[in-house]
Amino acid sequence: MEEDMLRGEMGPAVARAMELLVALGEVFEAERLVPIEGAHISGVSYKNLDEAGLEFLEDLAELGAKTRVRATLNPAGMDLDLWREMGIPHGFAERQLRVIQAFQRMGVEATCTCTPYLIGNIPRRGSQIAWAESSAVAFSNSVLGARTNRESGPSALASSITGRTPLYGYRIEENRRPGAVVEVEAELKGHLDYSALGYHIGRILGSSVPYIRGIPRADADSLKSLAAASATSGGIALFHVEGVTPEADRFGEEDLKGLERITVEDGDLEEAVSSLSRGVEDPVLCLGCPHCSLEEIWEAARLLRGRRLRGRLWIFTSRGVYREAERRGYIHTILEAGGRVFRDTCMVVAPLKEMGWREIVTDSCKAAHYASSMGLKTRLEPLKGMVEEASS
Amino acid sequence: MRMRGRRIVGGYAEGRALVSLEAISFYGGVDPETGIVTERGHQLEGESVRGRILTFPRGKGSTVGSYIIYRMKKLGTAPAAIINQETEAIIATGCVLAKIPLIDRLEADPIKTLKTGDYIKVYGDDGLIEITQEKS
Repeated sequence: MEEDMLRGEMGPAVARAMELLVALGEVFEAERLVPIEGAHISGVSYKNLDEAGLEFLEDLAELGAKTRVRATLNPAGMDLDLWREMGIPHGFAERQLRVIQAFQRMGVEATCTCTPYLIGNIPRRGSQIAWAESSAVAFSNSVLGARTNRESGPSALASSITGRTPLYGYRIEENRRPGAVVEVEAELKGHLDYSALGYHIGRILGSSVPYIRGIPRADADSLKSLAAASATSGGIALFHVEGVTPEADRFGEEDLKGLERITVEDGDLEEAVSSLSRGVEDPVLCLGCPHCSLEEIWEAARLLRGRRLRGRLWIFTSRGVYREAERRGYIHTILEAGGRVFRDTCMVVAPLKEMGWREIVTDSCKAAHYASSMGLKTRLEPLKGMVEEASS
Repeated sequence: MRMRGRRIVGGYAEGRALVSLEAISFYGGVDPETGIVTERGHQLEGESVRGRILTFPRGKGSTVGSYIIYRMKKLGTAPAAIINQETEAIIATGCVLAKIPLIDRLEADPIKTLKTGDYIKVYGDDGLIEITQEKS
């Protein structure tokens, strides 16, 4: 069957996709290809794709490419309906919509979120999946116990078209063993602290597999922040949290003996936060990197109830979460306070410069990292502090 | 002289070598419209990779670089073939999409052995290159 695909008997698009997977298998010395149960595809924002990526996607759709497994899509550069309100230039919007149409023609669900696991694309524990989007990779490997490498947009797309992926890296049991031990002595009070912890760990450990101790009550949203930040400053694709994540209890003292050990104290988190914080004068406050869960939107609505914002507060989430938040009245509360909620995009992949943004305040080290590399001034602040400072 | 390596993407190409001791980022580092290396301070800054047997250690930078290689091929500004010391996913992906022969892990270090201007035949399918030293 794989040979047939490669020879072009299942069409030119399948053959191209197969060629790519075989070449990547060669690069990473994979023994063979294995079937996957699902895919999540990045490389969606026109800001990153540019003409080159748009052309490639349209060419591939034209060749008749179709997904063989369920495939969801990462955020685009704008809310697909409310882009005018975001200040997105018309030319950008037109090309962004063509990108989405090309993906849809191939059968990819236009979910446009970095948190597919919050809207029903939840891989089974132990299943092989091909996910791009570094934060979702770290979350699905670590918290859901699924198996994926850090796929690129093209490799995840090729896997969705063939239903195959080369077998190497985190797909193999042995490579999921811890490579370092992290003792957390710092006090973690909210999402920003987990984000800072992830940012610190990634910076020090690069692309190792950390075994983290000392955070026995981390909830899903905290782990989402940790995953995103550690995948940003380093290349972390998998971590284990003692007493929390599903594979952690497979490893005992014997497995951890001799590994590099680091201790994380309050000062390390403060250092991570201050490395991404500058003085800002008229920032946009941003929430939703990764995309907000329903609980996070509820928290924002609770803090904003009865307040009036002086500056801009923009919240980013998926359509799935937005619908439920709207039904429960959270969106209404946020809008009443003067905040905005957008879907399909975020502060990392929207063309912030073209939108005239110069400064942001956020509770996400990942967002601050990328905004700062785009030349914006950034400051990190927990949600509560942000709201109190910006409202009366 | 002939050298054997690892075939990543097959196909045949020939042309003059352009050798860089530094890694190359196609996204932001090369102008796809002209094929000219634009990364400031890069050893190849100002040089055109168009039609060359581009030889460098490995790719770097954003994965969007793969799409840039694809676009360059369509515009006619792409290298004829790529030789890496040890390739990685960005370059490999770009070369598959663009159908550009790609070989790595040659028996002798290509960035030391090959000289800019050498005439090179690349037999991608066999993971083989043939070097004719600096001829006119």
